[in-house]
Amino acid sequence: MNGIRRFPNRHNSLRARAKIVHAVRSFFEKSGFLEVDTPQRIPVPIPESHIDVMPSGSWVLHPSPEICMKRLLADGLERIFQICHCWRDGERGSLHLPEFTMLEWYRAHADYFALMDDCEGLVRAAAAAVGKKYEVDWNGRVVGLDGPWERCTVRDAFSRFGGMTVEEALEQDLFDEIMVCSIEPMLGWERPTFLMEYPAQRGSLARLKAGDRCVAERFELYIGGLELANAYSELIDPEEQRYRFIQEQGFRRNSSKPVYPLPEKFLQELSGMPPSAGIAFGMDRLVMLLLGASSIDEVVAFTPEEL
Amino acid sequence: MYTVADLRKGLKITIDGDPYIVTFFEFSKPGKGQALYRTKMRNMINGTSLDRTYRSGETFEPAHLEERTMQYLYKEDTNYCFMDNQSSEQISISEDAIGDAKNFLIDNLEVDVLMFQEKPIGVTTPNFVNLRVVKTDPWIKGDTTGSDSKPATVETGYVLRVPPFIEEGELITIDTRTGEYSTRVKG
Repeated sequence: MNGIRRFPNRHNSLRARAKIVHAVRSFFEKSGFLEVDTPQRIPVPIPESHIDVMPSGSWVLHPSPEICMKRLLADGLERIFQICHCWRDGERGSLHLPEFTMLEWYRAHADYFALMDDCEGLVRAAAAAVGKKYEVDWNGRVVGLDGPWERCTVRDAFSRFGGMTVEEALEQDLFDEIMVCSIEPMLGWERPTFLMEYPAQRGSLARLKAGDRCVAERFELYIGGLELANAYSELIDPEEQRYRFIQEQGFRRNSSKPVYPLPEKFLQELSGMPPSAGIAFGMDRLVMLLLGASSIDEVVAFTPEEL
Repeated sequence: MYTVADLRKGLKITIDGDPYIVTFFEFSKPGKGQALYRTKMRNMINGTSLDRTYRSGETFEPAHLEERTMQYLYKEDTNYCFMDNQSSEQISISEDAIGDAKNFLIDNLEVDVLMFQEKPIGVTTPNFVNLRVVKTDPWIKGDTTGSDSKPATVETGYVLRVPPFIEEGELITIDTRTGEYSTRVKG
């Protein structure tokens, strides 16, 4: 049996993973969050240009629990979290599995700055659970976890590392390439970095910043160049949301990708949702970071190739 | 035709008419952004490396490479002559394309020649070859102050470190992958 397993340390990884998951649950319970368990098979997904879902009968496997969790917010729950499997077709690499584990949490009556505070507390609690109090070892370097974490706007990141402005990158259709090749590898080494204020068109479900309509209240968390989480101050205007969904559908249609009907129940209930903030956090990557694993394969029980 | 989904380490593709081998591959996806396929590749003719990032939907021509077993015949100026074992056809390969294999070429040695569009672009020697030492300092028995190895020149002109007990005229086995001494051939 052992002969066919590629990672001899997997038992240790799985034990550490269980401790981390337990610490995450405790963290949210102590912060007054309710753990929820929403259906993973849903009729239609949120239309997103670059997320391809997996069909399950005539429905789909959710690529994130976002729709159902936001409907719970609209229904009056104010602090909820969920740890669940999600599916995204075609995503496979050392940081990606087509079936992976997501941690999402939502706070009513809060904006994305509250989620930054949550992230700091959460990662420290998870690190402490595996005996790493103030720092993590990642790719041969040590990243400190204490003190306030860095906050860097996308605009500043492009001027520091991108070799061109964010406007130029968008104009030349190079935003993703520069982000992946030049910017992401530089982020979160001194201490973790919140990369924030994305161009408005890069935050389909995010609220625009009050004083600057060019940017969305969206951040991503990076530690040692590793992207861990994506967060928004949520857009709660149903008309605006419908308009943005139609744009995303248009992109998918033009790229010959499957287009699903709009999630109408979600759009209906969005008008009842209080101002809120929500975040999707990659659990597998959190485990990778805390164990210093160079591949996501090392921190899951099975990869699809082993099934 | 390959798609981005076929990209992996070791894949051989044609870019601008040259064969490239993928030496690094990483699937990337910036949050909410598009899938990107980052690669590093090495030109299989001149060894230069190339970094390319691809998007979904891009396609590649495979590099059709063929390996042929050939026998080394002789050297002529800076070219090396080989005979194809199957067709008996003789071909000449430049020193550049031969690379480090030239250190181990002795008459009648069988090698694998990598061909791209009927042109030889690389030579792989067997992992171990036996070569005769033509020059090395004598071993002074009982000398414990000296180092545990000494330089030796073999019949191809290649110089490597050997144990002190190896003498001129002896046959030694060399690991061609590392270029290092492996063992003495006795008898």
